[in-house]
Amino acid sequence: MSILLTKDTTFIVQGITGREAVNLTRECLDYGAKIVGGVTPGRKGRDVHGVPVFDTVAQVVEANGPVPDGSVVTVPPAFTRDAVFEAIEAGVKLIVVVTERIPRRDVAAMVELAEMRGARVIGPNCLGVIVPDACKMGGIGGPARDAAKAYTPGPVGVMSRSGGMTTEISSTLTAAGLGQSTAVSIGGDAIIGSTYAELMPLFEADDETEAIVIYTEPGGRMEAQLAEWVADNDSSLPIVAFMAGRFMDDEEMKGMSFGHAGTIVEGEEDTAAQKIARLQAAGIPVVERIDEIPDAVKEKLGARV
Amino acid sequence: MRFFEYESRRIVEMAGIPVTQYGFCTTAAEARKAAEEIGGSVVIKSQVLTGGRMKAGGVKFADSPDQAEKLAGEILELEINGQMPRGVLVDPKAEVAQEYYAGVVWDGTRKRPLMLFSDMGGIDIEEVAEKHPDHVGRGHVSNLLPVSDFQAKDVVAQTGVTGSELNRATPILARLARLFAERDMTLAEINPLARLEDGSFVALDAHMEMEDEAKERQKALLDELGIASDDTREPYEPSEFERRVRAIDAADHRGVIQGRDHGFHGNLGLVIGAGGGSLTLTDAVRSQGGKPANYSEIGGNPSVAKARGLAREVLLKDGVEKIAVMMSIVSNTRVDIVARGVIKACLELERDPAETISIFRVPGAWEEEGARILERYGVEYCNRSVSMWEAARRAVEKVP
Repeated sequence: MSILLTKDTTFIVQGITGREAVNLTRECLDYGAKIVGGVTPGRKGRDVHGVPVFDTVAQVVEANGPVPDGSVVTVPPAFTRDAVFEAIEAGVKLIVVVTERIPRRDVAAMVELAEMRGARVIGPNCLGVIVPDACKMGGIGGPARDAAKAYTPGPVGVMSRSGGMTTEISSTLTAAGLGQSTAVSIGGDAIIGSTYAELMPLFEADDETEAIVIYTEPGGRMEAQLAEWVADNDSSLPIVAFMAGRFMDDEEMKGMSFGHAGTIVEGEEDTAAQKIARLQAAGIPVVERIDEIPDAVKEKLGARV
Repeated sequence: MRFFEYESRRIVEMAGIPVTQYGFCTTAAEARKAAEEIGGSVVIKSQVLTGGRMKAGGVKFADSPDQAEKLAGEILELEINGQMPRGVLVDPKAEVAQEYYAGVVWDGTRKRPLMLFSDMGGIDIEEVAEKHPDHVGRGHVSNLLPVSDFQAKDVVAQTGVTGSELNRATPILARLARLFAERDMTLAEINPLARLEDGSFVALDAHMEMEDEAKERQKALLDELGIASDDTREPYEPSEFERRVRAIDAADHRGVIQGRDHGFHGNLGLVIGAGGGSLTLTDAVRSQGGKPANYSEIGGNPSVAKARGLAREVLLKDGVEKIAVMMSIVSNTRVDIVARGVIKACLELERDPAETISIFRVPGAWEEEGARILERYGVEYCNRSVSMWEAARRAVEKVP
């Protein structure tokens, strides 16, 4: 199996008529995704690559029959909170927020409403989720033929704070003969809908997933939270981590963020060195090179058998 | 973005939290006038965006307007942690009975704002939390429901504070939590929050930081505080390189480029595709003994002109011998456009692309076309079968 998506997952695209959204729709359709509608207020009656466009999420639901399983939200930052609320209140349970530069307060509000309604938010500032050869929800992996080159079905679950590196890592795994059960670009912001630790129970419950690879960065407590989760839950799923941005630990780089908004180091605990120590203390090896990941995974898988 | 103390006090004041009758001054003469108006002893505080003012001599007490003028003049000339002060704040010396701490921060794990209160103010809250955990009260608030006073009361009461102190501190913490949300703050602290001899509470210092992403919708507040849109409040003065890359990026809405060189002093210029890849490759260059001259990102769908602009600025940096251009797999940035831009920059500066570009890692959109262009100019390139680490190694080898 997989987590979050299957080949039967239906979803909509909010903001579907935007330039990036049009590309993303094409890519997902080519990969075999079931996009049942799109929403752009004021554009009802058009279509994007054959996907009908509506003014509201409620209209899509009415036209489609069942409530779509998910929504990819790619609207400007000032409108994202409202768009996500609209999807959640229409009964959509999986919301992938692509938009970046959304103020934290708005993200936190989306997540809180999602919790109340039993929905899940992935992102913001992410490229989405892919289940190799089954479904792709978001720009993850790029055009379908590129995604097919990088991703193959297999036993490794991938979670990454960087969208691009989700694919770089998966491609490296693929080249080493290790496929992926599900790859999730979790987003690069300080507050995101689903952290590593929050997705772990799903991977843990998934029959197909036998190991996890995470891409991590300085900033925030997400890695510490994962280390705590592993210790508290006596998890048997082996995890391998890669830490980027070690150079940010330099004295001269203090107070700066690089790459993603969430890399801002606000306390001693957020530094790369501290995170590496924490992860290792929890039994999670932290490799220095992307190309070391496959061997580290194989070693873990071997030890498990 | 971080606010100066005088701005933070104004923000607190606008939220209905009592402050002293302070004055913000940019000259010694103004400081004298402010001290005269206040009457009695005053405190003069350097207005810099950094901690440790007291230790550095940026906070002084004056008993007369003459002395205030003299001390303000000295503080205005005093550099603290590399920063010259924006001005000084002249504050009446308060008759303090007790100091408290009130603050609101983001709890990233719970994804909610966290109210903090302590009856041991005036020192670092982390220190209090570590040494006297029973003197720190905590409470989360919702992102959807308005903050209720009772929530703040619970937090204050946790520290054992009761009586009229509890009733006076409660609305202050509640208002701080409301302003934190309404103003998109990432940090809102009053430390110390003082109880004066007459029992009233007053904010004696405030530290506010607002999320950069919220600048646009907080424009009214920034205007009210007189903060110009180009006042970026970076932790350091941007370099010529950084300013120029920013200008090139702003001039064209297609694609995004970023270039930074604060803290980088090397000879290998970097042009790298997108966030996570840039972090990974910068590490890979350094770990293998390379000396990066800068950090950079190129993402989205940039024009040739933008790619050229970034490459040109990197090449023009002092001490840059060669550049490495490295893309991670499927950044949706077109490799051929980046290749064209980088080669154009080389040619314009009369540098041979084959000599100047140490390595070009091509995986990405339109990579075949990119490879063809690179071949034409004899540039060494590699595809996804060469890892980021290996590509970085090859670049480092060429610039000893």
